[in-house]
Amino acid sequence: MPTINKAEIEQALDAWVNHLLQHTVPQATGKLAIVGLITHGDVLARRLVHKLAAAGYEAEYGAIDITLYRDDLSLRGIRPALSSSYLPFSPDDMTLVLVDDVCNTGRTARAAMEVIFEYGRPSRVELQCLVDRGERQLPIQPNYAAFTLTAPQNTRVQLRLTDIDGEENITY
Amino acid sequence: MNPRKDLITIDSLSDEDIRTILDSTSAMKEIFTKSVKKVPALKGKSVLTLFYEPSTRTRSSFEVAAHRLSADVTTFTVSTSSVVKGESVHDTIDTLMSMKMDYIIVRHKNSGIPAVIARHCKASVINAGDGAHAHPSQAFLDAFTIREKYGDVAGKRVVIIGDILHSRVARSTSTILRRLGADVAYMGPGPLVPQEQHTGIPRFTDWEQVFRWKPDVIYLLRVQNERMDTPFFPRGDYHQAFGVTEERLRRIDDLNLSIMHPGPVNRGVEICDAAMDYRNCLINNQVENGIAARMSILYHLTPQTQNND
Repeated sequence: MPTINKAEIEQALDAWVNHLLQHTVPQATGKLAIVGLITHGDVLARRLVHKLAAAGYEAEYGAIDITLYRDDLSLRGIRPALSSSYLPFSPDDMTLVLVDDVCNTGRTARAAMEVIFEYGRPSRVELQCLVDRGERQLPIQPNYAAFTLTAPQNTRVQLRLTDIDGEENITY
Repeated sequence: MNPRKDLITIDSLSDEDIRTILDSTSAMKEIFTKSVKKVPALKGKSVLTLFYEPSTRTRSSFEVAAHRLSADVTTFTVSTSSVVKGESVHDTIDTLMSMKMDYIIVRHKNSGIPAVIARHCKASVINAGDGAHAHPSQAFLDAFTIREKYGDVAGKRVVIIGDILHSRVARSTSTILRRLGADVAYMGPGPLVPQEQHTGIPRFTDWEQVFRWKPDVIYLLRVQNERMDTPFFPRGDYHQAFGVTEERLRRIDDLNLSIMHPGPVNRGVEICDAAMDYRNCLINNQVENGIAARMSILYHLTPQTQNND
């Protein structure tokens, strides 16, 4: 099973921060916020915010839980547990970077945008992710992906992060 | 939590179910801070409130909860319905099921009616109070309010004061609080407080015993007017004997205790005016948390009404 290891993920995060500083920040209108999609995207967002701070750039940080906005809720027998979103600012006139772990069908990103617009009207929203594994079912593309994988259809691409899973890698 | 169609009693829930519903209540409450206080989780679902007993706050709390989850809400008003013309509960349910309801919220003066309805329909049934039996959504909002105030329910001491014997609130709330590790005691007029040997819950009949027990929360029950002026409840004496008087409020304040009440409050009976403005009076928190708790309950139940059957 192909694996991307912890060191490679760390390297990718540094490249991601460079992209943010060189492309996203200069294009941002209003203040910039990094908003993680709970749970794994949120861990990535916090790491990006820390790395940006270490590089001298202070971005706002937020986290959103998209569970209540999923389009398949009524199809599921068990309702997923909920987490509290954390958006300590109004997104009005800000640039928001939505951070997801694995971008696949695009349905999560659609739900995330619906969440954001219920808090306010950002001037710009970007979708950035650690892994783009393709197989989109909606017309949504990430603005940035640290890894682009061409895994066979129905392959499960899984990110594990030390903070949540006790180990750190991407398997597919 | 495991898939669950109905919520009839707290006893029917596992510890994990209770924790899951409480945890999701926090997430639901966070929705109230958004500019759009609504989520699409139950979009396209139909919720019916079926109240055979008068209720303002429980019914409107469930209705607000359902609206905030984007469900469509229908209110079935018994006093203007066929029920007063003699229609049986079963026939009413058949009629309502033909309307393809997904969730039915029931209050009835007889214990067990919500369970009967639940057995006969595919919709999720939530017991919003049946006789002196159970009122599980009240239990969740009470447990959540205590958890929010103190960080945890475990280890807290809650004394429930009033007509315990006829109170579904006392039954459900004491059950959930004890399941979560709180200590519960009862206090009230002697004939209306069950013996400890039957409940395992300490039984007091005056305030001095209550203060000696060192509670964290004083939970007052509503004095039900229909039971007033019976031999159990000499109205004029209730406030002096069992109510939070201004003098007792000063002691409660000194000891930094919280006051809770399921509402509606009878001022001058269970509670003096000043206590309503007391800094640790959690009654308004209970109302707000009631909406969040009921959203969480609606969200976690799964009706078997898929495929339009």
